[in-house]
Amino acid sequence: MTYPGRRGAPVIDVADLRVRLRTRRGSAQVVNGLSYQVHPGETVAVVGESGSGKSVSVLALLGLLPERISQVEGCATFDGQDLLSLDEEALRRVRGAGIGMVFQDPMTSLNPVLTVGRQLVEGIRAHARIGVPAARTRAADLLGEVGLPDARRALDRYPHELSGGMRQRVMIAIALSSEPALLVADEATTALDVTVQAQILELVSRLQADRGTGVIWITHDLGVVAGIADRVLVMYGGRCIEDGDVDDVFYRPAHPYTRGLLGALPRTDEPDDKPGGGTPGELVTIPGTPPSPTDLPPGCVFWPRCPVRADPRCETEVPPLVPVHEPAGTPAGVQHHAATFCPPDAVQGGAS
Amino acid sequence: MLVFLLVHLVPGDPVRLALGTRFDQETYEALRERAGLDLPLPVQYLAWVTSALTGDLGVSFRSGDPVTSLILERLPATLSLATTSILVALAVSIPLGTLSALRPRSVIDHLATLVSQAGISVPDFWMGILLILLFAGTFGLLPAGGYVPLSQDPLAWASHLVLPSVTVGVVSGSILTRFVRSSVLEAIGQDHVRTARSKGLGARTVLRWHVLRNALLPLVTVTGVQLAYLLSGVVVVEIVFAWPGLGQLALQSVQSRDYPVLQGAVLLFAVVFLVINLIVDLLYARLDPRISYR
Amino acid sequence: MTAPTPEAGALPAGTARPRWRESLALLLRNPIAVFAGAILGLVVTAALFGEALAPSGFNEVDIAARLQPPSGKHLFGTDELGRDVLSRVLLGAAVSLQVGLVAVGISLAVGTTVGLLAGYYGRRLDDVLMRLMDVLFAFPAILMAIAVLAILGPGTTNAMVAIGIVYTPIFARVTRAAVLGVREEVFVRASRSVGASDLRLLVRHVLPNAAPPIIVQTSVSLAFAVLSEAALSFIGLGTQPPDPSWGRMLSEGRGFIELAWWMAFFPGLAIFVTVLSFNLLGDALRDVLDPRQRTAMSSTATGEGGARA
Repeated sequence: MTYPGRRGAPVIDVADLRVRLRTRRGSAQVVNGLSYQVHPGETVAVVGESGSGKSVSVLALLGLLPERISQVEGCATFDGQDLLSLDEEALRRVRGAGIGMVFQDPMTSLNPVLTVGRQLVEGIRAHARIGVPAARTRAADLLGEVGLPDARRALDRYPHELSGGMRQRVMIAIALSSEPALLVADEATTALDVTVQAQILELVSRLQADRGTGVIWITHDLGVVAGIADRVLVMYGGRCIEDGDVDDVFYRPAHPYTRGLLGALPRTDEPDDKPGGGTPGELVTIPGTPPSPTDLPPGCVFWPRCPVRADPRCETEVPPLVPVHEPAGTPAGVQHHAATFCPPDAVQGGAS
Repeated sequence: MLVFLLVHLVPGDPVRLALGTRFDQETYEALRERAGLDLPLPVQYLAWVTSALTGDLGVSFRSGDPVTSLILERLPATLSLATTSILVALAVSIPLGTLSALRPRSVIDHLATLVSQAGISVPDFWMGILLILLFAGTFGLLPAGGYVPLSQDPLAWASHLVLPSVTVGVVSGSILTRFVRSSVLEAIGQDHVRTARSKGLGARTVLRWHVLRNALLPLVTVTGVQLAYLLSGVVVVEIVFAWPGLGQLALQSVQSRDYPVLQGAVLLFAVVFLVINLIVDLLYARLDPRISYR
Repeated sequence: MTAPTPEAGALPAGTARPRWRESLALLLRNPIAVFAGAILGLVVTAALFGEALAPSGFNEVDIAARLQPPSGKHLFGTDELGRDVLSRVLLGAAVSLQVGLVAVGISLAVGTTVGLLAGYYGRRLDDVLMRLMDVLFAFPAILMAIAVLAILGPGTTNAMVAIGIVYTPIFARVTRAAVLGVREEVFVRASRSVGASDLRLLVRHVLPNAAPPIIVQTSVSLAFAVLSEAALSFIGLGTQPPDPSWGRMLSEGRGFIELAWWMAFFPGLAIFVTVLSFNLLGDALRDVLDPRQRTAMSSTATGEGGARA
């Protein structure tokens, strides 16, 4: 796909987002100072392992976390207003109309006892003053657009009568039904098999190009990222530890964790000589487990698992997210940042 | 379904068998012969089943009245009490259970839990007596007991129903409240509720169509079970309120060893159980698209 | 799935062996459980030492002082024969608890055995046993008890047997479900593979892991057993006069309800408070021992419904 560049104001501008959840084990800092922007037509991939805070960070934007146990701070400018300070009714108007969401499991994300048509129509009518017949016509058009055969009749189908891929198409139709400026896909292809996954990715790219929608794609699948993202944001332990153009991050990862992730990516195209890498085609994982959000290390969140530990400050001091000095000759793109004390040479030799 | 039918028709026999041992008294000998009790059991059973199929359940040992008419006489009273009680129970449990599920571990929730726990624990006959004391005695507002057929005087029918159906309804309602609470709590956590919210639906729409619509589906089953139990007679409450229902009939027939009547009542309970289960199944299939008839 | 939700966070997955000491500590931190325990302590005290505690003999007739309202002399008033209601209520605790314990003991022993066998051996035995239990369970509990008493004749002992029979299927079901849950667990399969005998397996491994729901069910069943005994005595099939039983007193008091409300009120209150305490304790136990089983409440709801109807 073509990279539309960074024209105009961002669709969403998130600054220093912090989310704290109260759990039975105490308070957990799940998202810790996250900042990013998404521009119209741009796809930003948020990458990280389970528990890295990536899903929570977007649910928090729309007030979809359980209110009683969550505490959200920071600023998220969308359409000229700060989402985090909106009241429930104003937020409701942003949900669906301004920001559409697609969730991971199409089996459970649709209400099993309501028809597909109903679920589309109620979303449309939540934001537009139109009658049911008009909304149904629009719903049928949308289903056609996302590639459901026989869209008119599909309106009266129940979710269980559709395949997983078809259900995810319905989810996308629902998410796009009110023409949102931003689409958030939370692990939207994880539960699907590979061919369907490719179809869905293709569909979203096409719709995005047609409408100029900004997309936040949350995933732990680096293969997906490589396929669709313009920019990548790597999360670990609730922090952004590296972000930049997809090429910069993939070919010149600056953070040891990103390198580890890339090492964990199953590869079939080339022999693997990276540290932590295995034989071709073999999935490699980083030893150890992500830190518990109730008990974060004082320094770099990755320190306990870090194979490099190049600097004594790593253990005690949180490394700031600073620009990475690219080697001469790299094409100028969006600024590439990483939060690490590791000198560039210590981590060179990523996927190249 | 067929297996179920078979299983639940069997109880007519063991009860008959068990009670049969009590019939060695001299006085009943003649009766035994007349009723065909001297015949081998399978023969008796067959005879009973064939006549039962034509609606003839035999004759009461005590009064000599046909069992079928004895039961039919009692049916309206039992139906009135069971249906109004279940309505009371639903009217209490759905709002209370939902409210406490919406705010888990809040003051409302703890209160609702305590109230429903109390409702489950309260001896219904005691509560009935206290209600009579209060509303029939002290305030003199409502009749203390008895039953007036609906066809005779609708107003009196209703006023006689209030206390017994509140008594039964509170107990049933408390059980249902706990069920509604856990069911709603489970439904709220479902992914599709998050989807509904992410579409920008109002809180009420989400609650009505994405939480309650799903959470109350299993309630159909539980309500059916409750209703079946209520129809089989809330024996003790019927006695407290002098309610001429099936429970009372069954108790009397046990006490007087009037076993054709007891047998008829048990058969009726089995039929009621089956019919309600069938209705619940049909209703469920209508309400839940995932269940098909095939 | 990205964040540890409070519901999922604290619970270990799989069937860890119950940790009794920790559970007890948790239970003691729950004010409702402590309260319920205290009430039950009082009831047990009354049951054990009722005769010594009672201000007067429970069958001490004093016609001159009959139908006296509650006063300093007779805290709960007197009945139609001038007997002290408080004394009778205190003594009634013994009957109620005794019937409750024995009845639940019967259902516990029979039901657990049936459930263990059905769950562990499965197949045909499971089918036969559980079908039997279903048939037993399909009857409204109180009618079932009445029918049993009709055969055995009224009386305290027979009431215990009747109630015991009625609640057997619930224990069978609970145990079977728990056994099915642990049967395929790694440690059970491992023990089997090293040649442990069935009996040893059942007693050493399966039973302890099935214990939490059974304990919870015991507490809840005690509640309903006490309630059932009261109901049976109320309709004249349980404890026979002159023994003071709460249900019996309530039924006698009913005749004097407009003259002497206290005659029916206090025995009923005693039943209510005792049953409530068992239920609350059962709830607290469920929270502590068996948090994953909370959804099982839905299936117990129908069971409780049966028990109450």
